[in-house]
This record gives sequence, C-alpha cells and structure tokens, in this order.
Amino acid sequence: MITFVKRGILTTIQDAGRKGFQRFGMPAAGAMDQFAMKLANVLVGNAPDTEVVEATIIGPSILFDEAEAFAVCGGDLEPCLDGQPIENNRAYIAKAGSLLELPMAKSGARAYIAFSGGLDAELKMGSRSTYMKAGIGGVQGRPVKDGDTLGLRAQKVELPHLPGRYVPAGFGVAYSSHPTVRVTLGPQDDLFSDKGKTDFCAGDYTLTQENDRMGFRFSGPDIESIPESDGNIISDGICFGAVQVTKGQPIVMMADRQTTGGYCKLGCVTSADLPLLAQLKTGDACRFRFVGVEEAQALYLAQLQLLDDLAKHLDTPAIAGAFATAHAAPRKTSLREFRVTVGVEVFDIQLEELD
Amino acid sequence: MVRILVSSDQSLCVEFGNDISEEINNQVRAYTIVAEQAAIEGVVEYVPTYRSVTVHYRPEVIGYAALKNRLMTLTDKMSAVEIPLAQIIDIPVLYGDGYGPDLAYVAQINDLTEQEVINIHSKPEYIIYMLGFTPGFCYLGGMDPRISTPRLQVPRVKIPAGSVGIAGSQTGIYPVDSPGGWQLIGQTPLRMYDPNRERPILLDSGMHLRYFPIDQAEFDHIHAEQYGERDANK
Repeated sequence: MITFVKRGILTTIQDAGRKGFQRFGMPAAGAMDQFAMKLANVLVGNAPDTEVVEATIIGPSILFDEAEAFAVCGGDLEPCLDGQPIENNRAYIAKAGSLLELPMAKSGARAYIAFSGGLDAELKMGSRSTYMKAGIGGVQGRPVKDGDTLGLRAQKVELPHLPGRYVPAGFGVAYSSHPTVRVTLGPQDDLFSDKGKTDFCAGDYTLTQENDRMGFRFSGPDIESIPESDGNIISDGICFGAVQVTKGQPIVMMADRQTTGGYCKLGCVTSADLPLLAQLKTGDACRFRFVGVEEAQALYLAQLQLLDDLAKHLDTPAIAGAFATAHAAPRKTSLREFRVTVGVEVFDIQLEELD
Repeated sequence: MVRILVSSDQSLCVEFGNDISEEINNQVRAYTIVAEQAAIEGVVEYVPTYRSVTVHYRPEVIGYAALKNRLMTLTDKMSAVEIPLAQIIDIPVLYGDGYGPDLAYVAQINDLTEQEVINIHSKPEYIIYMLGFTPGFCYLGGMDPRISTPRLQVPRVKIPAGSVGIAGSQTGIYPVDSPGGWQLIGQTPLRMYDPNRERPILLDSGMHLRYFPIDQAEFDHIHAEQYGERDANK
C-alpha cells in the first residue's frame, strides 16, 4: 500500500486512456505525457500502459507502507527519497516506511511515477484513468487528497539488474521549454488560408494560463481562415492533440478533451511530440511545423520501438547499460564549437567532451 | 461524396457531408455498422457524428495508407449490407412543476398551453444523430419548430441529471449533473449514465427516441428502481 501524505496541486491516476466509449461521449482521459508514462513503466518491468501517478507542477509526498520498486519520469519535479535527491529515469527500491517527495517542477510540468506491478485504482470501462468530470477511475474519480491510500496490485521488492534500469535525460523525447512541435494537417485545413498556415509555422506561440488536462490555449500570430469560413463546422470527432482555432488563436485539445466539437481544426500535434507539449508550463513557448502523416507515424513507431528494445535489454543485464549509453541524446553542454584560422584556411571544429 | 481526411496520426475522418440531415446521418450509421462488421485489426473505435465517422487506430498495427484503402473500399459495401431498423427507446418524462421549471416560459413564448407543449414534445420519434459534449449527451433531430425556445440568458450552475430541455430548435437530456443554459421542461427518472452498469450509457447514436409523459407516482417508482437500490448499496 502507498499513502499520499501530501496531495500536491493536481495528482491523479492515469493510464493509456479509456478506449471504446468515445462514441457515447465519454472522453478518453489518460496520461498527458504518454511517453513518460510508458518509460516509467518499462523501467520497473511493467507493461508500458500500466496505470501511473501523474503529478502536476507541485507533486505529492508518497509514503511506502511496504517495500516497492518505482521509477519517476517526465518533468523534473526534483524527486527525493527519504530526503536524498534521486534521479528521473531510474528505477529504485523504496523500503517500507520510505517517503518519496516531488516538491516542485524545476523543468517540465508533469512527472509520472510507475510502481512495479501497478496500482489497485478504480477500473471503469476498461481503464483506471481518472476522469474527474464524470467521477470515474483512479481514486473515487477525483484527484488524490491528503491521506488517500492505494493498494499495490503486485508488490515487487526487487528487480533484475537494478543498476542498469536507467536511461539518460532526453531518451526518446528531447524535452525543452521552447520545443518545436510537429503537426499533421487536417481535417479542416482547407478552411484556412495559405497565409494562415504559413503564419502558424512562423512565430512563437506562448502557453496562456488557460491550460489544463482538457486543453492548452496558446497566444501567438493570428491564423487566417478563408473568407468563406466562420470558424465553425458541423461537429465531428476530436483527437488527442487536435489544433482547434477560435478567433484566430490555437487551442490544442489534450487528454480530457470532449469527444466531439464544432470548431475548425487546422491539424493535430503528432503523437511523437505530444509529450513535449504536455511538459509545457504557463508562459513557455513553442513553435509548430507541419509534417506528413506517414512521417508522423514513423516518428511515433520509432519511439515505441525504442521502449520495446529497452524492455528487452533490461531483461539481459550485460547489455542494458550499453543500450542506454548508445541511445543517450547528445548533451549540448559538453559540445563546444571553435573556428580556427590557419593562414587562409578556416576550420570549424566541434569538440565533444566524453565522460 | 465521401472524403477520407487525416484527423491525426492515429485517426482518420470518413466524411459524408457538412450538413445536419437524416440522409447524411443514415450514411454515417450504415457506414459505422459496415465498418464494425469488418473488424479491421488495429482500429480502436469508431466515433459517429452528425456527418462523419472518426476512426481511431493504432499505427503500430495498421499504417495510414493501408487503413485509408480499407476504409474506402467499405463505402462500396454500404448498399449491399442490410441495415437493421433503428432501435426505439422510450423515455418517461415528468413534465412541469419542480421538474421542468421553464415549461411555463416555453408555452408562453410560443403562444401555447403547457399541455400543448407536452403533446408536441412527446409526439415525434427523434433521431439520435450523435452523442458528445458529456458522457451520454444526445444530439437529437426532429423537434417540432412550434416549441423552439432560445437558451436561458444566464445559464444555471447546476442542472440535475435526467433534466429534459430545449435550446433553440434542439431538445435533449442532461445525463449527469452539469451547468447549462437549456430551458428545462421536465425530467426523466431513467439513469442515462451509470458507470457501474454493464452498459454505462443508455443511448447510442442511430437509435430513435420518444418521450412519454408520466405522473409523480410513476416517476417516484422508476426513480427508486434506478437510483434507490444503487444508493442503498453505497
């Protein structure tokens, strides 16, 4: 069992989302950063879509009433175990009586805590995701409160090759507070002018205060419609990441979005880049760039493959560490660039410091 | 003409038109039935709306081009497949008084008696074009324009689940307690949404819906059946 000693700002239980009930108007919900959820699960030996704790900006303090393996991924909320700083993207074993704290977001917005074996959260319509408006899933369909407890579905106190259960920052997704986010066009891209589409990709869009699990409203260059469009359509389905445009400004529909809607949708943020968006905080900015749907799928499949490879390699201790090193994102801090002039010749030199 | 549009890298939109019409919605319903029968591997769910079907899928199982082709060939089968008659669902409604505080207003603005509003509202067989907005909220077609009424100027903060309302030329039922601006004319004791039920949401798109008036005693009886036992179990 775990106890939420402090609840944090908004702490919910989430998984891959509620599938199959959108035709009845039931929003999918699910983790905002699906990649971080999957990675945390893989590190502790779970199936990637197992339910996790989603912490937001100021995270919860969690008491382990029994020993349990866990991992934290996604945003850096400066996690501490029994007062000692611990790393994101690494599996740990908490002892009975240990306290995990996630005091404050240093970078990113949402951290995901996976517990080996999963959490005994409320299962409704095939998912344990909390959907607060309908009061279902998670802990009684609401954010956790101080003193809430949750059982572990299958307690695990040891994991094979624990030291190798680690990946460096940037594994799979290069998080940033100013990312470029790829978008596929459609389904109503023909209702926007060429100028509108060009402007959408030309400037910074800042995340306004109006951002929650349902949607992110951005502020930036106006997105021009064609003269024939009044911005409305006869309602159709809304996907995770859909870029709705109202009064020239984009709202990206997130995990708790409604299933259908009547605003024009210019495009949809790609599955591979939705994690980048999910980690933005109010005031962060991003840029948008269009890609084709097949390229978007290739990017997403590459992420899934990476997680799949990681899961396989974690079962084979000898190569686990080597795998992580091979997939480390280049560290910008260790890259230095020089320009050297020798006589009339100019050399551009990149020096990468390896540790 | 059918168009297959990209909604995201995990969904396609099969679009049959851009109007609210029975004809277009019939195509949506037929296509949804054909597509579900085809049981395409990798498709997660179909979301029918007024005029399109959004197909959510897993690109790791089926790619964009392959699925688009499959979905396009299914349009040819629509005429060949026998579409079952729409299921009719009857919704008991206690009109007026505390259950429909705006019935008098709807009557007054349309120059009708309250009884005439009830008769007109409970006569047609409505088509459930789609569900959306909140879990189980139905968008109905077929309301008699004689009882059309504009929305409230100031929405109510909390409307009880089961409330039956009118907004402009639309009528519908609030499936869960929610804020809203519809003119409330009555309430159904049926539980439209119950997450603990095997079928959590009573309605489905493509069904036909009829309202029929009931009295207080019938309301109390059905309400106790629908809510009472469940509440007693808590």
